[in-house]
Amino acid sequence: MPLRLADLPRRRYGSPGNAACPGCPETMGLRYVKMALGDNVVLVIPAGCSSVIQGIRPKSGINFPILNIVFASAASAASGMSSAFEMLGQDVKVVVWAGDGGTADIGFQALSGAAERNDDIIYICVDNEAYMNTGIQRSGLTPYGAWTTTTWTGKTEPKKPLPFIVLAHNVPYVATATVGYPQDFIEKLRKAATIRGFKYIHLHAPCPVGWRFDPSLTAKIAQLAVQTGAFILFEYENGRFRLSPYSGMYRDPKRRVPLEEYLKLQGRFQTVLKDPQKLEMLRAEIDEMWRWALLLEKGMASPELKK
Amino acid sequence: MSGTAAVVEKPKTYWVAPISYPAPASSGKTGLWRTERPVIHLEKCVKCLYCWLYCPEDTILRREDDYVYVDYDYCKGCGICAAVCPTNAIDMVPEGGES
Ligand SMILES: Cc1ncc(C[n+]2csc(CCOP(=O)(O)OP(=O)(O)O)c2C)c(N)n1
Ligand code: SF4
Ligand code: SF4
Ligand code: SF4
Ligand SMILES: [Mg+2]
Repeated sequence: MPLRLADLPRRRYGSPGNAACPGCPETMGLRYVKMALGDNVVLVIPAGCSSVIQGIRPKSGINFPILNIVFASAASAASGMSSAFEMLGQDVKVVVWAGDGGTADIGFQALSGAAERNDDIIYICVDNEAYMNTGIQRSGLTPYGAWTTTTWTGKTEPKKPLPFIVLAHNVPYVATATVGYPQDFIEKLRKAATIRGFKYIHLHAPCPVGWRFDPSLTAKIAQLAVQTGAFILFEYENGRFRLSPYSGMYRDPKRRVPLEEYLKLQGRFQTVLKDPQKLEMLRAEIDEMWRWALLLEKGMASPELKK
Repeated sequence: MSGTAAVVEKPKTYWVAPISYPAPASSGKTGLWRTERPVIHLEKCVKCLYCWLYCPEDTILRREDDYVYVDYDYCKGCGICAAVCPTNAIDMVPEGGES
């Protein structure tokens, strides 16, 4: 059932006057978490921009109860909290809200452990493709060729295929989403909330500061990432893999918007645009993601393996 | 009594957890950051609510009839609302000069 915006209650979802930069995808994404799940939610946040966005005591710039915790422990702390709520008989959703660095690199062992134990949490990786809070350092999720302050001539390794790595843990639910299509993200969150066990949602989150684009373009660039095929929207549910409608039509590369349209709006890709060989490498990274997606769509995953 | 017995104090609160509560202006009146101000022309508005959906700050607000208005105290002037509006009902106007 498609979501009608007018049906969403008129209320405060975010917390205005926070410390986020103008055009921030993280504050955008947090509003959608509130729209999807309401108030019965506790967030677990490891270090990152979302720690800073909260501001300084006694006020908080994020409209949720939050446990701030070290990188290495976000998923484990959430697992413990979820068990505690269960023992108390309280129906509270425990949601990890962690950056790409905090997920793919520093907090990966805790994520993998919680997935393996199938703990009852929703883990959201908010992927702005670098360590933004500390000044735009490259992460395992920075794409090939992108400039960061630690990759001056462009990153020389491809982006980790993290959603597929989590999927390989055979958890009940894995999805990708983007701040460019909030209704899709909200629907996926709502579905995740009905499933027991470990749920992972990978949220693509273009950052104007780190990607070097005008803050008015956050939503447009997020949509272009999908339309050019650079970011694939899908759902994996109990062993079944499905491309989401927004990505389904881009299975055929000929129907995609040219990749350059996405790259040219971002300062971080300027060297890629000038170097045909680098552009080919970036295309290869994207093709590889599609290869995974189409293989899974053909039914690689065996339903008997599901938890 | 020798007077040497240690005085055992009752344990008090050792530590008060620093708890913050969601509230506007955790980083002040962020409207002051703005260099451009979104101005909505309601005669062009079709109430699609995209500006309201995409505004990162929660500073596009909905009236009872779902026409929208801006909370200028906190709007940071990013321009996303103007960029997503399908009818170009929102103009970004430079701040400063005469008000
Ligand atoms: C163990 C540890 N190493 C390094 C840091 C410093 N640090 C704080 S935030 C941050 C960047 C986090 O990046 P990411 O997870 O992508 O979140 P973002 O800031 O991009 O939202 C780093 C490296 C830390 N707090 N703890
Ligand atoms: S650096 Fe990017 S993700 Fe971090 S607060 Fe600023 S806009 Fe948001
Ligand atoms: S300019 Fe940005 S912060 Fe201000 S109302 Fe528009 S989207 Fe919201
Ligand atoms: S995006 Fe434009 S048309 Fe839609 S509600 Fe906002 S001002 Fe009105
Ligand atoms: Mg990051």
